[in-house]
Amino acid sequence: MTEITLSINGEEVSLDKEMTILEAASKLGVEIPTLCHDPRLKPYGACRVCLVEVEGARAPLPACATNAADGMVVKTDTEEIHRLRKTVVELIISDHPLDCVTCEKCGNCALQDLAYKYDITESEFKGEKHSLEPQEDDPFIHRDLDKCILCGRCVRICDEVEHAFAIDFNYRGFKTQIGTTYGKSLKDTTCEFCGQCISTCPVGALIEKPRLDKGRLWELENTLTTCPYCGVGCTLELQTNNGEIVNVSAPLDIGVNGGNLCVKGRFGYDFVSSTERLKTPLIKKNGEFQEASWDEAIKLIAGRLSDIKKKHGPDSIAGLASAKCTNEENYIFQKFIRAAIGTNNVDHCARLCHSSTVAGLATAFGSGAMTNSISDFADSKAILIIGSNTSEAHPIIHIEILKAVRFKDAKLIVIDPREIKMSKFADISLHQRPGSDVAVLNGLMNVIIDEGLEDKNFIEERTEHFEALKKNVANYTPEKVEEISGIPADGLRSAARMYATSGASSIVYSMGITQHTTGTDNVLSTANLAMLTGNIGRPGTGVNPLRGQNNVQGACDMGSLPNVYSGYQKTDDESSRNKLEEAWNTDLPTNKGLTVVEVMNGGASGDVKGVYIMGENPMLSDPDVSHVEKALEKLEFLVVQDIFLTETAAFADVVLPSVSFAERDGTFTNTERRVQRIRKAVEPVGNAKEDWKTLCAVSMAMGYEMLYESADEILEEIASVTPSYGGITPDRLGQDGLQWPCPTSDHPGTPILHQEKFTRGLGKFHVVTYRPPAEEPDAEYPLILTTGRLLNQFHTGTMTRKTEGLDEIYPVAHVEISRFDAKKMDIKTGNFVNLETRRGKIKAKALVTDKSRKGVVFMPFHFKEAAANILTNPALDPIAKIPEFKVCALKISKAD
Amino acid sequence: MTKNCDCQSENIDLKPALDIIESYRGKDGSLMPILQDVQSIYGYLPETVLGTVSKETNTPMSRIYGIATFYSQFRLDPVGENLIRVCHGTACHVSGAENITLALETELGVVDGDTTEDKQFTLESVACLGCCSLAPVIMVNEDTHGNLTPDKSKKVVKKYEQREH
Ligand code: SF4
Ligand code: SF4
Ligand code: SF4
Ligand code: FES
Ligand code: FES
Repeated sequence: MTEITLSINGEEVSLDKEMTILEAASKLGVEIPTLCHDPRLKPYGACRVCLVEVEGARAPLPACATNAADGMVVKTDTEEIHRLRKTVVELIISDHPLDCVTCEKCGNCALQDLAYKYDITESEFKGEKHSLEPQEDDPFIHRDLDKCILCGRCVRICDEVEHAFAIDFNYRGFKTQIGTTYGKSLKDTTCEFCGQCISTCPVGALIEKPRLDKGRLWELENTLTTCPYCGVGCTLELQTNNGEIVNVSAPLDIGVNGGNLCVKGRFGYDFVSSTERLKTPLIKKNGEFQEASWDEAIKLIAGRLSDIKKKHGPDSIAGLASAKCTNEENYIFQKFIRAAIGTNNVDHCARLCHSSTVAGLATAFGSGAMTNSISDFADSKAILIIGSNTSEAHPIIHIEILKAVRFKDAKLIVIDPREIKMSKFADISLHQRPGSDVAVLNGLMNVIIDEGLEDKNFIEERTEHFEALKKNVANYTPEKVEEISGIPADGLRSAARMYATSGASSIVYSMGITQHTTGTDNVLSTANLAMLTGNIGRPGTGVNPLRGQNNVQGACDMGSLPNVYSGYQKTDDESSRNKLEEAWNTDLPTNKGLTVVEVMNGGASGDVKGVYIMGENPMLSDPDVSHVEKALEKLEFLVVQDIFLTETAAFADVVLPSVSFAERDGTFTNTERRVQRIRKAVEPVGNAKEDWKTLCAVSMAMGYEMLYESADEILEEIASVTPSYGGITPDRLGQDGLQWPCPTSDHPGTPILHQEKFTRGLGKFHVVTYRPPAEEPDAEYPLILTTGRLLNQFHTGTMTRKTEGLDEIYPVAHVEISRFDAKKMDIKTGNFVNLETRRGKIKAKALVTDKSRKGVVFMPFHFKEAAANILTNPALDPIAKIPEFKVCALKISKAD
Repeated sequence: MTKNCDCQSENIDLKPALDIIESYRGKDGSLMPILQDVQSIYGYLPETVLGTVSKETNTPMSRIYGIATFYSQFRLDPVGENLIRVCHGTACHVSGAENITLALETELGVVDGDTTEDKQFTLESVACLGCCSLAPVIMVNEDTHGNLTPDKSKKVVKKYEQREH
């Protein structure tokens, strides 16, 4: 757009992109009141309080919905405008309860502000007033429709932003009201409880239920921080009153989420003040936990670990770090294990979700992380989602993707064994048999090469080993792939064309790709596909693994892995080792350490004697839980630091109370490699301590010096020894954080990887052949079990299940069964069923649903009452050692 | 399960609805005509049928419900055996249509627009019925009754009830 200039209240403003008058005015700092406007929504222009005069226009125009044009002369505050606005507000006030004295919204209400500004105490218009009962029985959301001014923002945000369509205008005339279908409880609609509607409501009609009666705006303190749940890393504001979190909101102009949150981020904070929080160290004596002092506990741990180390050598000890803890704590943890204990046996649950990503993308590209950024989906012309239930596992990314698809004409291809929400919005939706991804991806490449759609220049200039790839994928004709995967050959062809020809295509994947015995192969195949079509290194393209936990990226970056130090510097690379030996002032082990599953095997076999766990719960998250239980039982010494007495902590000899995200400072690194701050908002409960302080104390007691004043000081050390974090220092983080690689203090960070060249130089094609899953259905176990997450629960549930409303929405573990299979076995929704695999047996309630396809049964893994991981197969990917959570053979029978 | 719940709609035959949807497939702006056709076949808009329309036309249920409640031509409940239409046109309004509606509401124990629990009567307000000289007017099924008072209107309605037993 060529620059345009207009005048607003006599002042000139120049614009270089399309903007509304409202936006242009705000550039000048001229305030125009609004009611139905939210920058997250499309212009609407209904309430008319934003009317302005435009010279030459016949009538005043709504500033929020009128584009600024060259030469426009705008007046925002004439007497006429003042009169018009006042009338609008008076009309609204005439049917408003004016409960300001008791209203939760008081002090933060757009209508109240306007009434004040236009000096309206009572309306001139005396008319009928609504009197509707407030709706109080929904989880999380309090609806008081008497206060509703029918601005439609909630309806529009539910549609345009959340893509949920739970509410709409119902009835008409005076009876018009916002409501659900048949006035049902939101629980029985498509509502996702994101609370976006609350966040946009200009008045007190929609309020977060948990904050009722907990204080009004001016009583609350705000702390800007980062969500503790998933890898999206949303920015949020904790609102506290007298040291208690009473509400969460999200600022509109900060972070990857720009004011939006999902149900967990917005409402899932009850766990912080749960009475079940650990408050003091516990030592097990004669099989019972007894409260102990920090001194006693630290001395005991240091003594026992030193003993084991002396007797059995440092490699008989292992540490499990945590993707929930901060970068600083993970860095300190692996430093403690490597430098103080003297072993490389350190790993964490990333092993169970994305180790195949790290392994695969590192060999193909040289860097094992999401290549592009979340905001980048806006530039995509086609998005291929394979093995990611984005709407439930990464809600804010689902919002961004669907925005591009619905409002910017990006094409969407979804390949998933289940009919998930994303499938419904897809231009092409395909369902593969679980475990057939390599065949599917090779099939896509077969079509692309067959039809000459590959990017020859890119292949020539930026990659190697293309001929081998070409030869291999030639075997995967669409017909053959149809046989393996069940995807119709023509569907595969259309998908291949759509992906290859859009101009900017992005691949999005998650655990549906990684949690297989072919996990690394799957990841390599996505990399092959992107390179084949030149869809990498540019805006809107890339290979984008969505990381699960809030800081799983950071825990990997920090070297909580058995083979690398921070920044993926290899432990077997001598120069890296020497550098760290110097920085840490000690000798470091040279052998490769054990992975999570190997640690458990070592525990069971007796090779591993002592384990130190920081904030992980392998008793629920690891495959084949009975095996884990045996291993933990057999250990000579187990230390667990956590905020709750988890299923795993119950096995510990010493349990140390740790603090939640709300009680500490530090940084998390989100899925798009953005290092963001978390900030302390409340005081630690009881005697709980930050994990890094505990670790330093144990280390000191074992004779290895680790002394830090603050988390910031640790971040400085990280920057000094980690090339990709070199420029990421406390003073530079600000509100938006920085994306690594950021090697120097003047580097702006890197939103898109591999732009000019790949981290490893040339991108490397890999020959990947299809291997069936480790366990396939047979006569005895005829079904396929696949596991995953739900939107409103998180991981092993230790945090989410302590929030009342979250448990209310999906309180018990359901197994999702297709209509077809249910009919065959005469199972109805609500029936109890027995699920049995070669490893174990559990009972759960059935949910018959169209989401599941014939032969495939889905079960979430958040519930300890019915732990899906009793059933899953611990068979490992040979390279990344990731277990096959996504496929195993299962039989089902009715239990009642 | 209690009566007047969804269980009755579980027995609803979806075939005619699917045929209607099929006949509009690929045409833009066909939601209104689909709903009109559905109502003319089923007599009202049953919830399960709306669910099918939602799924097949890829329109959110909330939007369909919004439309169904916006236009007074659509009804969401089955009509009772007798449909009482109280005229609220100008002439009838002036001659006390409000009071007629009020009297019938009390008599039948329903609010305007609803159906009695025994499914005998549905009461609704309509615009001019075209016989203003008889104002105030009501129609019960196809029969017109004019020059009413609140009391008379109650008696008229009673007649229909007796006829049923
Ligand atoms: S919580 Fe979210 S999904 Fe539910 S009604 Fe509000 S905006 Fe829609
Ligand atoms: S509930 Fe709030 S956001 Fe929704 S229409 Fe009413 S005033 Fe607007
Ligand atoms: S999308 Fe993830 S980071 Fe954002 S609020 Fe939800 S759980 Fe938190
Ligand atoms: S804010 Fe512009 S019309 Fe409502
Ligand atoms: S106004 Fe009632 S019949 Fe015309």
